[in-house]
Amino acid sequence: MTALHCYVEGIGLWSPQLANFEALRAVVAGETPAAPPPRPAATVLPANELRRAPESVLLAIEVAGQAVAMSGRPANTLASVFASAQGDQVITDYMCSTLTRTPTELSPTRFHNSVHNAAAGYWTIATECRAPSIAVCAQHYSFGAALLEAVSQILAEQRPMLLVCSDTKGSGPLLEVTGCKQPFGCALVLAPQASEASLARMVLTLSPAQPTTPLPAPLHEWRDSNPSAQALSLLALLARGQGRCQLHAAATLGLEIDMENVA
Amino acid sequence: MPVSMIPLAITAYTASSAIGHGLAAQLHTLGRSSTGLRPNDFSSAPLACWIGRVDGVEDTELPTALAIWECRNNQLAWLGLNQDGFLARVHSARERYGASRIALLMGTSTASIGATEEAYRRLDADGGFADDMLRPAIHEPHSLAAFVSAALQLEGPCLTVSTACSSSAKVFANAERMIRLGLVDAAVVGGVDTLCDSVLFGFNSLELVSAEPCRPFDAERNGISIGEAAGFALLERIDAAPDAPRLLGYGEASDAYHMSTPHPDGVGAELALRDALQRAGLDASQVDYINLHGTASVKNDEVETGLVNRVFPSSTRASSTKGFTGHTLGAAGIIEATIALQAIEHGFIPGNLGGSTPDPACGAPFAWRNEQQRVDVAFSNSFGFGGNNVCLAFARAGFSA
Repeated sequence: MTALHCYVEGIGLWSPQLANFEALRAVVAGETPAAPPPRPAATVLPANELRRAPESVLLAIEVAGQAVAMSGRPANTLASVFASAQGDQVITDYMCSTLTRTPTELSPTRFHNSVHNAAAGYWTIATECRAPSIAVCAQHYSFGAALLEAVSQILAEQRPMLLVCSDTKGSGPLLEVTGCKQPFGCALVLAPQASEASLARMVLTLSPAQPTTPLPAPLHEWRDSNPSAQALSLLALLARGQGRCQLHAAATLGLEIDMENVA
Repeated sequence: MPVSMIPLAITAYTASSAIGHGLAAQLHTLGRSSTGLRPNDFSSAPLACWIGRVDGVEDTELPTALAIWECRNNQLAWLGLNQDGFLARVHSARERYGASRIALLMGTSTASIGATEEAYRRLDADGGFADDMLRPAIHEPHSLAAFVSAALQLEGPCLTVSTACSSSAKVFANAERMIRLGLVDAAVVGGVDTLCDSVLFGFNSLELVSAEPCRPFDAERNGISIGEAAGFALLERIDAAPDAPRLLGYGEASDAYHMSTPHPDGVGAELALRDALQRAGLDASQVDYINLHGTASVKNDEVETGLVNRVFPSSTRASSTKGFTGHTLGAAGIIEATIALQAIEHGFIPGNLGGSTPDPACGAPFAWRNEQQRVDVAFSNSFGFGGNNVCLAFARAGFSA
């Protein structure tokens, strides 16, 4: 099977325990970093959008902003893949509740924020980016599937990409079926060639699905608490500087990843 | 500057919408210029509008082994997969390439959110989902792709694309990239969206739903009619089927303007169109037919009219077919791709149904009535909320620019 090569130039991360990628490095080194404020700052968004944007969008924009800043690339030059296993669960809960009781009173703003590509829309508007963007999902395999999509665009189009994968905490009766116990978001800026901004070289190989790579505490609890946190297997390699891990790209399709530090 | 692409053969395709199950019914209804829209008899509370409802969805039974996936969206998907011999064509491709060498790329805007709405309508006494609704997989946006993957027994890359009303157009681009890189040998692309309260009352809240059958590009247009549909296509390298019609190009771009209103100058739409022309190696004058997004919303049609007038000569014929099907949202891309492919196959250009008093801004390319003429190259536009624009380019086998 063909090996796919690309370079990591930027990393964004946010969860109730992790303010950014530095915090994950601290955890991997055995330290306990300070927890971030309860709401992602998402400073890329202008003030009026910050007020209108739902939490799912703030989370995605926060990690996207971190990754792009680390890469040093102008945000409006990057095509993007935005992934989320469940979309905006707070809005889904709101819409399904409202439709049951008072359907004609549905909020137009919350409806247009309900589309799966809401974060991609806010991001491209805030960064004045006219490059292609796509919003995707694949259940618990959303991160691996979105990574494969991002890498296929990077290699087919020979262009750098922004990959974002995030899910908020579940809400209302929906929580019972989504099982999202806490928010988690991460982002990568990936490029086809090495550059001064390269942090790591990544080699991906498609394979039959294998069991997911074990993670030490507390990472494995975090990984189980949110579908987007499947990314922690890969993020842990970046935090350590190198290594190998196994992700799912689909139920029956595995993605073997070798990471090598080049910074 | 987009990298070029490899043309792909479209070795099978199918469509089911309010104008019929399968391609023959679709072509027949287009030819008769009769709408598939009907007064709204679907929503759980009254809403005065017209809808493009597919007959027989409720009566479609899933195979026993797939019963856990039952919900309206997956029933429509199964109904659609069973038209035009599509299942057999995928089976044959699976035999030739292997299940892990075929990608499954599905576009949908709301997947089976209708099942989640139903679960909320009949919560049990504890405020939780009723037992028969405790099926997590149908309450996820990946429900459609996961169901179709199980139904087709595919084991390759499997992705849901959900960029609102451009979803099932985007998937053609995903497929081409994966095949070009050699990650897979073939791809099943398509999309399904079904009627549900979320979209009916959601678009109503934005004052985008017409109380009458929608009138794309009409001077008096006043909003969309929402429809539902299922469509699929099988893409392979052209050496596998030299005589099949081809995907010649695609273009994708963002408006960077507004979440629910298109850029007034159609900036993203034009970038997508020019990207598609460039990848296909075509000049606009070589486009024989373009199926427009043409939703009948005041703004979309105004912006798209400007785009057509700017880019195409009068020899290009242009129409929206949403007056027939309604706006099938995430399924619109694949349904309108199949209409573009039928235009090539049958030399048939569907007239722009609903435009009885054409907007005077619409120029010479607009086809207000059905026309018969040879079509070598057909394009299709799809634009989604969030400013997500896609344009697809199809051509007859053997056509060279």
